[in-house]
Amino acid sequence: MALLDIRQRTGYLFVAVTIAHIILISAQVNTQRGVPMLEAVTFGVLAEVQRGASAMIGGLQDTWQQYFALQSVRGENEQLRDDLATLRIRLQQEQALAEQARTLQALLELRTRTALSTTAATVIAGGASPDFRTMTIDKGTSAGLRQDMAVLVPAGVVGRVIMPGALASKIQLLIDRNAASGALDERSRAQGVAIGTGTGLLRMDYVAGTADVKVGDTIVTSGIDGIYPKGFVIGQIESIERGGGEYTAILIRPAVDFWSLEAVLVVLSPPVGVEEPAEPAVAATQDRE
Amino acid sequence: MKAAGVLVAIALALALQTTLARFLVAGTAAVDLVLVVVVSVALTTGPGSGMLAGSAAGIIQDALSSGVIGIGGLAKSIVGFLAGVIGQQFIVTAALPRFVMFLGATALHSTVFMGLYVLLGLRTFSSPWTAVLSQALGNAVVGMIAFAIIESLPGAVERRRHSRRGRH
Repeated sequence: MALLDIRQRTGYLFVAVTIAHIILISAQVNTQRGVPMLEAVTFGVLAEVQRGASAMIGGLQDTWQQYFALQSVRGENEQLRDDLATLRIRLQQEQALAEQARTLQALLELRTRTALSTTAATVIAGGASPDFRTMTIDKGTSAGLRQDMAVLVPAGVVGRVIMPGALASKIQLLIDRNAASGALDERSRAQGVAIGTGTGLLRMDYVAGTADVKVGDTIVTSGIDGIYPKGFVIGQIESIERGGGEYTAILIRPAVDFWSLEAVLVVLSPPVGVEEPAEPAVAATQDRE
Repeated sequence: MKAAGVLVAIALALALQTTLARFLVAGTAAVDLVLVVVVSVALTTGPGSGMLAGSAAGIIQDALSSGVIGIGGLAKSIVGFLAGVIGQQFIVTAALPRFVMFLGATALHSTVFMGLYVLLGLRTFSSPWTAVLSQALGNAVVGMIAFAIIESLPGAVERRRHSRRGRH
């Protein structure tokens, strides 16, 4: 019966038997290279299968990487953008801290160089009115500040304390129209008074007509006002006008950039000839008046 | 039973081939008794049986010889299949058609057998035509005798008619 069943599929059986014989023969016959033919044919067929499979897998991989994996890339991209933004903010913070550190280092160097008793303070506010060039620092009487104490930065003179509070103080900038300081030409030692103009410049008055002053000369504090220590830079002469044998206008460009102050040094040494006030608040009020 | 009979016939042919054939024509292979059996089986039972018989007989013959196992099997399975197909499509009960069948089967077998050896570069056959022709004639003669013996057996004609009705 089995033989009868086989007869119905004789064609397929013939093909199968033929292939079986070919395989059997190939297993025994070597190619010209000495490799068994079955092995060579099998390897050849298998290599093609492997090539096809590799191409298929490669195609799938490419499809995956170029499409599906982009979804994760998108998420990763968003995460990287967030990280970048965070890092940029952190960089700005670090840069600000570095700048602050440089400022403090300069203040420290100044403090060491001057041998004056000073305390560092941070600028916490600017002037409330554009008509008055003032600013507020975070140190007050609790830190030993008193009225008319000089305020310095490494670049030069900033101003003086005009209203010391318990924990903060108001500073009058040297460019305020009510501010003034004894001044001295560093080169010729010609003396005068540096007066604020309310703008960004200072005016040097009371300079003798015979004095030797030139544009570009550095003007420093003379110390005769009893507020500012002697020898600190006020600025440089920007222009000179003469008339009738006298100096009609000497303008000084301040050495300090008053619009970028962050930290200052307050000279704690009491100004010469100024007595300690009994009540700092009262003194400040008097100064304001 | 039919498969067993085919196997017995093949075994008997192999035994005769390896022991008696050399006495028929000394030093030559003028008769291939196994091929005769394969063709006979194919003509009496059909292409499937002929093919399987040829495959089995050829492989055994290859194994007993020093040749490549499978070449003889492939040649005989092709011959068995085609002989069975021809036996189904044409009436080959007369003496002449059978004679021609054996001649053609032998020629085809030799062509496939030698062709495969030459194709694989394993052997060369210089002027094989005489040997092939002589073997074809010998196979045809032996085949005719074999069929005469088979048909003289009791009930052989009836079995053949029954077999043909069953196939049609």
